[in-house]
Amino acid sequence: MDLSAINPILFVAGFLIAATPLIFAAIGELVVEKSGSLNLGVEGMMIVGAICGFATAVETGSPLLGFAAAAVGGALLSLLFAFLTQVALANQVASGLALTLFGLGLSALLGQSYVGIKPPRLGDINWGPLADIPVIGPILFTHDIILYLGLVLVIAVWAMLKYSRMGLVLRAVGESHDAAHALGYKVKRIRTAAIMFGGACAGIGGAYISLIRVPQWTEGMTAGVGWIALALVVFASWKPARLLLGAYLFGGITQLQLNLQGAGVAIPVEYLAMSPYVITIVVLVILSRDKSAAPASLGRTFHASS
Amino acid sequence: MSLATPLLAVVATMVFGGALFAVLGKDPVQAIATIFWEPLFGEFAFFYRPQLLIKGAPLVLIAIGLSLGFKAGIWNIGAEGQYIMGALFGAGVGLAFYPMESAFIFPLMVLAGAFGGWLWAMIPAILKVKFGTNEILVSLMLVYVAEQFLASMSLGLLKNPEGFGFPGSRNLQQYASAHNAELITGTGMHWGIVAALVAVIFAYVLLARHQLGFAIRVTGEAPRAARFSGVNPTRLVLFCLGMSGVLAGLAGMFEVSGPAGQVTIDFNVGYGFTAIIVAFLGRLHPVGILLAGLLMALTYIGGDIAQSQLGLPAAAIQVFQGMLLFFLLALDVLTNYRLRFGAGEVV
Repeated sequence: MDLSAINPILFVAGFLIAATPLIFAAIGELVVEKSGSLNLGVEGMMIVGAICGFATAVETGSPLLGFAAAAVGGALLSLLFAFLTQVALANQVASGLALTLFGLGLSALLGQSYVGIKPPRLGDINWGPLADIPVIGPILFTHDIILYLGLVLVIAVWAMLKYSRMGLVLRAVGESHDAAHALGYKVKRIRTAAIMFGGACAGIGGAYISLIRVPQWTEGMTAGVGWIALALVVFASWKPARLLLGAYLFGGITQLQLNLQGAGVAIPVEYLAMSPYVITIVVLVILSRDKSAAPASLGRTFHASS
Repeated sequence: MSLATPLLAVVATMVFGGALFAVLGKDPVQAIATIFWEPLFGEFAFFYRPQLLIKGAPLVLIAIGLSLGFKAGIWNIGAEGQYIMGALFGAGVGLAFYPMESAFIFPLMVLAGAFGGWLWAMIPAILKVKFGTNEILVSLMLVYVAEQFLASMSLGLLKNPEGFGFPGSRNLQQYASAHNAELITGTGMHWGIVAALVAVIFAYVLLARHQLGFAIRVTGEAPRAARFSGVNPTRLVLFCLGMSGVLAGLAGMFEVSGPAGQVTIDFNVGYGFTAIIVAFLGRLHPVGILLAGLLMALTYIGGDIAQSQLGLPAAAIQVFQGMLLFFLLALDVLTNYRLRFGAGEVV
């Protein structure tokens, strides 16, 4: 065992990257849940985003186009969920599960001819002299644009929910769909828009795994990140700032166990690999006592009666 | 209508699945026929029909357990993990006795398998009743933990000492006392299938005739009414999750000691997740689940045939199964609501 093999600067830079897929998927799901829908299909949308982004990036040679395609792919898949829950009024838990099962199959089908290919690389943003600052430079200023976009997105969602009219309406729909409906807001339309936003975010998060973090395509490569993102929303009590904190915590754990595997710690690889999931459970237990922050209409079907 | 929607969903899936196969450059009619007709009535049906029972049994066993919880709004989606733990506990007990031969070994393995699944399901159950933790997320996380545990066991503790260093345990098929052998030669009938049939009858009686079954149904349909009628939610969560864990564990144990034969890294093939589709396709009714399990087994076998004969990718069958659940959920609106066209938007 050689812990000195772990470079702390690379480690911190690495966990910012590991946290980014979680940030995207979780901030999208946060908006969905704020609107009162519970979409358990995050894992499915992520993996579809991962392959859509990967395939597009390989075919066009442009990683940015890949991310755009991933967003579209995730949003299209989430539209299925929106149809099931908003139009066909199906059970949200079952519909979300269906989305995940279907997404895993669909991505495997789409990705058959992309196994073992290297995607085009998305270059890091050139921050000029900032990147040369010791310690802080390599940690903060050697990343690609998507990573920064994730941070901007979290701030934007926070501001939107807190200060904008749109955020107020969204929260109203999530807290009491009957009251929002009585005020004349189109509950279903607002929820559908939120669900599609969540799908697009999950898609980008998935593509971040296949295009930047790994970067290659393998079946089922999201490996539960979508589910951890769902747990993260609960962890964050539906607050964007705490969500960011949680994503870095989980990103850190993921990166740490990978580094420990590499350093040859005496703990078997399998037990290190299960640690992020175990810690997710532990965190859920600690935080699940307080349910008060959850949107009051979360998971309830809305049907306007005449 | 509640009988018609699953059938409608199957038909819709065939149509859209056929379209999908056409997009993949396969003859849709031939592909559908290969999946649904070939295993039952084709030239090699004598080989495939027993497979139907072998693949259907774990699906039905797991789905029966899941359906009890789903009915009451208790969502165990980690059956895959409980299935793995059942197999590990069952195989572990069997391998511990190797090479002793005794009639007690197999029953002990059955108990151990049930215990393993129960234990794994008790984690989300106890966390839910003690701390109010979401059982969906916990049970799902435990699938990944169980998968890692399986890898660790098949590379470590349970590895075959005479296996020339290859991962995987001893083959239980070659250990008479632990082998879940065919009961009637050529039918595929093994103890797991017997257990699945017993589970169907048990669940039917429970739901139709027993107080606990009533508690499950009333909790799912009207939670408030359930509380007033004196249903104990804690007991219900422990029972529903525990029962689905036991049945998933049994399914894993019968699989590892029979058709699979050994503990390997890729022992689990997703029965725990497909069983969710089976439970819904069977409308959470025991008899419906039995039929749905057989149908889903058919798509597995037919999918394998289509893969070897037509070159249909394995993932296409997964998409096909996912589609089925979509159509089922979408068509449920016909059972739950009466559609009125042209009534316009509610103001």
